[in-house]
Amino acid sequence: MIEISHVNKWYTPSFQVLTDCTTSVTKGEVVVVCGPSGSGKSTLIKCVNALEPFQSGDISVDGTKVNDPKTNLPKLRSRVGMVFQHFELFPHLKIIDNLCLAQQKVLDRSRDKAMAKGMQLLERVGLKEQAQKYPANLSGGQQQRVAIARALAMDPIVMLFDEPTSALDPEMVSEVLDVMVDLAHEGMTMMVVTHEMGFARKVANRVIFMDRGEIVEDAAKEDFFGKPRSDRAQKFLSKILSH
Amino acid sequence: MFGNLDFDVIRRALPYLFYEGMTFTLTLTGLAALGGLVFGTALALMRLSGFKILGRIAGVYVDFMRSLPLVLVIFWFYFLVPYIGQWVTGASRPISVGAFASSLITFIMFEAAYFSEIMRAGIQSISRGQPAAANALGLTYAQTMRYVVLPQAFRNMLPVLITQTIVLFQDTSLVYVLSITDFLGAASKVAQRDGRLVEMYLFAAVVYFTISCIASFGVRRLQARIAIIR
Repeated sequence: MIEISHVNKWYTPSFQVLTDCTTSVTKGEVVVVCGPSGSGKSTLIKCVNALEPFQSGDISVDGTKVNDPKTNLPKLRSRVGMVFQHFELFPHLKIIDNLCLAQQKVLDRSRDKAMAKGMQLLERVGLKEQAQKYPANLSGGQQQRVAIARALAMDPIVMLFDEPTSALDPEMVSEVLDVMVDLAHEGMTMMVVTHEMGFARKVANRVIFMDRGEIVEDAAKEDFFGKPRSDRAQKFLSKILSH
Repeated sequence: MFGNLDFDVIRRALPYLFYEGMTFTLTLTGLAALGGLVFGTALALMRLSGFKILGRIAGVYVDFMRSLPLVLVIFWFYFLVPYIGQWVTGASRPISVGAFASSLITFIMFEAAYFSEIMRAGIQSISRGQPAAANALGLTYAQTMRYVVLPQAFRNMLPVLITQTIVLFQDTSLVYVLSITDFLGAASKVAQRDGRLVEMYLFAAVVYFTISCIASFGVRRLQARIAIIR
C-alpha cells in the first residue's frame, strides 16, 4: 500500500532530516513509528502524502508515485486520511461542516449524502450530539475524534496519524486510542507516529524505530518489544517504559 | 458671535446634500472598498505565493501606491485613464471616461495597496496547520484559500478592514479636485452660492464625524460578535 524507498530529505546539505529511509506498509497492516523527538518520524509520515517535499528517493501510495510531478496530488491526498497532532479542525465551521466540506468539494457528494455520512461517522466516534457546535466548544479529545471522523469521511484507503495523542490531556488519551484501536481491528491500513507503546502492543503489526533521521529498527511487534536489536532502540524503550 | 449665522440654509440644502452628495460618497466608498478588497486580496495572495516574480510585482505595486499622495493619484489618473484606454483599445482618440469611473478605478487601485497589507497579515495569522489539513483532505490550493484560509483571515481582520473603510469614506472627499459633487463638494457649492461658508462646512464636519463615529462603534460591536472562538 505504501512503499518508501531510499528517501532522503535535507534543508541544507549539512542539515539532513531523513537519511535513506526504506520501509513499506502493506494492506491491512498497522505500523507504529516511534523514536525520540527530532528523529524525523513526523517528517517521514508527512512525506507520504507530500505535505513535506523530499530531495531523493521514491514514495508510492497504492501504486501512485507521490514525488512524480505529474501526479494529481489533491486526488491522491483525498484517498489518504491524515490526523494531526493539533487536530487542525476548521474553527470557523461547525463540526458537521468540518466533515462535509471536503466530501462536497473534493468528492462532489451532495449535501444530503455528505451530511448522512458525516452524522454516521460522528455517531461512530460518539459525538453525534456535538454536530452543530463549533470546534472551540469541544474538548481536545473530542476534537481529535472529530478529526479522525473527518478523515474517515473521505473513505480513505490508508490512514496516517501524526502523534494524535501528544497534545491531549492524559485523561483524554484513551478515548482517542479506543477509536484508533477499533479502526485497526476493522482492518484499516494505518501508519501511526506515537509514543503510546500500549497502543503499539495492542494492535501494531510492525514497529519502526527512528533516530536522527534514520530508520534504525523495522521489526515485527513481538521482536521489537521482545529484544530490540539496536542499542539506541533499547535505550529508548527502557526510558519510556520504565515508569 | 453666532448671531448672524443662518442655519436655515442647511435645511433648504438638505435634499441636494444627501440625494446628490451623500449618495455619491456612499456609492464610491462601498464600491471602492469592495473592489479594493478583492484586488487587495489578490495582491496579498501574489505576495504570499511561492512564485518570487509574482511576489515582487505585488510588492513593488504596494510600495509604489503607498508612497504617493492620494490627491496626486486621483488627479493623474483622471488625465491618464483616457489615454491608457486609447492605448488598450487602439482607438483613434482618447476614450472619454466619466469622472465617477475614473475616481472609482483610482480608489480601488489605491485602496488595494492598503487592503492587501491587511489581508496579508490576516492570512499569515492562520497557523500553517490549517492549509496543511485542508490539503491533506484533497482540497486544491484555490479551494484551500477559498474555504479555509480566506474566511478565517477575513474574519480576523474585519475590524481593521472596516476601520480602513472609514478612512476611505473620509478620503473620498478628495474627489473635489475633479469637481465632482460628493457630499463635501455639494456642501461647498451651496456654501459658495449662498455665501454661507461657516454654516455649511460646520454641518459637513458634523455629518462626517457622526457617520464615522457610528461606524467605529459598530466595529466594536461586530468584533465581539464575529470573532472566532479559539
